Amino acid sequence: MRINTRTNTPVWLIALLPILSIGVAFIIGACFILWAGESPFKAYAALIKGSLGSTFAITESLARATPLIFTGLAAAVAFRAKFWNIGAEGQLYCGAMAATLVGTGVIDLPAPIMIPMLFIAGAVAGCLILLVPVVLKTHMKVDEVVTTLLLNFVILLFVNMLLEGPWKDPMAMGWPQAARIIDNGVLPTIVAKSRLHLGIIVALIMSVLMWAILRFTVWGYEIRAVGHNQQASTFYGISINKSVLMVALFSGGLAGMAGVSEVAGLKGYLTLTLSPGFGYTGIAVAMLAQLHPIGVIISAIFLASIYVGADAMSRTIDIPNYIADILVAISLLSVLVGAMLTRYRIVWGK
Amino acid sequence: MMELFEMMLTTSLWAAVIRIATPLIFATLGELICERAGVLNLGIEGIMTIGAMAGWIWVYQGGDLWGGIIFAAIVGMIFGFLHSILVVYLGLSQHVSGIGITLLASSISYYAYTLLIPFSTTPPKIVPFSAFEVPILSSIPILGQALFHQSALTYLSYVLVIVTFFVLYKMPIGLTIRMAGENPVANEAQGINVLLIRTGAVMVGSAMMAIGGAFLTMSAFDAFYFGMINGRGWICIALVIFASWRPGKAFLGAILFALFEALQVRAQLIGADVIPYQIFSMMPYFLSILAMMLVARKAAYPKALLVPFRQGDRI
Repeated sequence: MRINTRTNTPVWLIALLPILSIGVAFIIGACFILWAGESPFKAYAALIKGSLGSTFAITESLARATPLIFTGLAAAVAFRAKFWNIGAEGQLYCGAMAATLVGTGVIDLPAPIMIPMLFIAGAVAGCLILLVPVVLKTHMKVDEVVTTLLLNFVILLFVNMLLEGPWKDPMAMGWPQAARIIDNGVLPTIVAKSRLHLGIIVALIMSVLMWAILRFTVWGYEIRAVGHNQQASTFYGISINKSVLMVALFSGGLAGMAGVSEVAGLKGYLTLTLSPGFGYTGIAVAMLAQLHPIGVIISAIFLASIYVGADAMSRTIDIPNYIADILVAISLLSVLVGAMLTRYRIVWGK
Repeated sequence: MMELFEMMLTTSLWAAVIRIATPLIFATLGELICERAGVLNLGIEGIMTIGAMAGWIWVYQGGDLWGGIIFAAIVGMIFGFLHSILVVYLGLSQHVSGIGITLLASSISYYAYTLLIPFSTTPPKIVPFSAFEVPILSSIPILGQALFHQSALTYLSYVLVIVTFFVLYKMPIGLTIRMAGENPVANEAQGINVLLIRTGAVMVGSAMMAIGGAFLTMSAFDAFYFGMINGRGWICIALVIFASWRPGKAFLGAILFALFEALQVRAQLIGADVIPYQIFSMMPYFLSILAMMLVARKAAYPKALLVPFRQGDRI
């Protein structure tokens, strides 16, 4: 077996890649459904009906996609520069804590000022926590993968401590949850009788903004250059440390905004169940989008529909909703393989 | 301070230290073997989860304990093989692929557990490995009871430390594995199939990670809980760096780490009124970060770690 570089890659192949990957995931996922003793066709029909079958289902899918767009962007920006930020989960909770700190009554301003302020607070919190691994990497050469991963656990314990201690809402009947965000801070719903809120508009704006920054600004150019070839970038006078810092500001900030959007939009208050792994799923979102900020929107909606559909499916058919995680993980792995096949050709034999 | 000193001299503390260290020893050695061959295996967290689930299910469904361990190891190997195909043969990003393996392995674990075990508020239990005393050695004061009155799996972990050291440093195959992680081109010049060596190392390493996970459900506890690995895999990755990729140091690192963990649990009981328990629970993670900071500057990473090898490539 040999691997040769392709000289040219057809555009249709790149465009088709994410769809093929999800197709592969559904085929392999069918084996797991058969294992549960159910018909894959029936199960997938229920999944699609549950995620796209009604206006309510569609708004649910879009509401679920909102945090995934943020965390997907966070991963995409970081991975572009080969900075492996696997800590979006923790940064999300930091954003959520900041929103809770600012938004539960300390200050009360009209909504048009209050809401942007919450997002800024969340973004700053996400940035600040990511600065720890960044400084450790740039100044002490500590590998960022492990530090960002470990900080996720630290932050979750910290949230737990706040929710069982000083931030525990006495009105919540013993549940560990913080006080509600005040009315002026709550993100209004944009479709009546649904949970789809303003957060998705912010997410879409951030996607376009990140695309523009990466595409048209010097920062974006430096980030992409560092990701392609560190040595060449240094040679051309791009400071690696500065671009890593820049990436961290964007990446941590975006993940922090995911937390704000969930606390002020979907839930209304901070709990330990705020995120069922949005930070980790963000990695799959980013890879399926092949690290393209606009692609992130599409892949986030796609993966969110799988989650919402699987929840609905598990209520009618006896299949654990973990099937969604399996489908997402397989899509992640198959898009990796697919992306490689678009750049290289495998030649069998000598 | 005196209290702490007295506590350090109790057998129960050291017995707990060894119990906490055992899964870390297995998984750290496993990761060490992978990285020595040039492959970072971030699938560790998921492979430990599925090892914990697979071994436990085997026993729960009527199999015997050692059968469960072998089953866990085989499942671990399968995921190691999958990781190898992706990063060794296809040369994909070891970071992203590893995270993908972790997501896949843990979601399959939870899926299978929910499917096979009917829902109940108290998780069903198995009869786990029981401790047995090694004659003579167990009569050494304090440490004897701690080191040699444990479950058979703990003894297996001691043996694996020695075997790993012996294979890596004293046998030709060990040299080949280390060379695959340092200078694979030199390997190829000798007519050795680098891809095969790396695949083998990743599979053996993954089997050890899975046994480390299985220790938790089959010896330390007697049930499978969701999220029970709780970052132990990531801690092991930090331990490998802390140990500068040496099996003996990995063993000592795991013991040291487990000592802090055991002290932390005891301090939680004493200090519960003053300091929230979560502060203590954060310690292992901080400690791992600190350990990495201590060695980071002089850490001698295997030179070909993260570098895919393509047959026939020339530098």
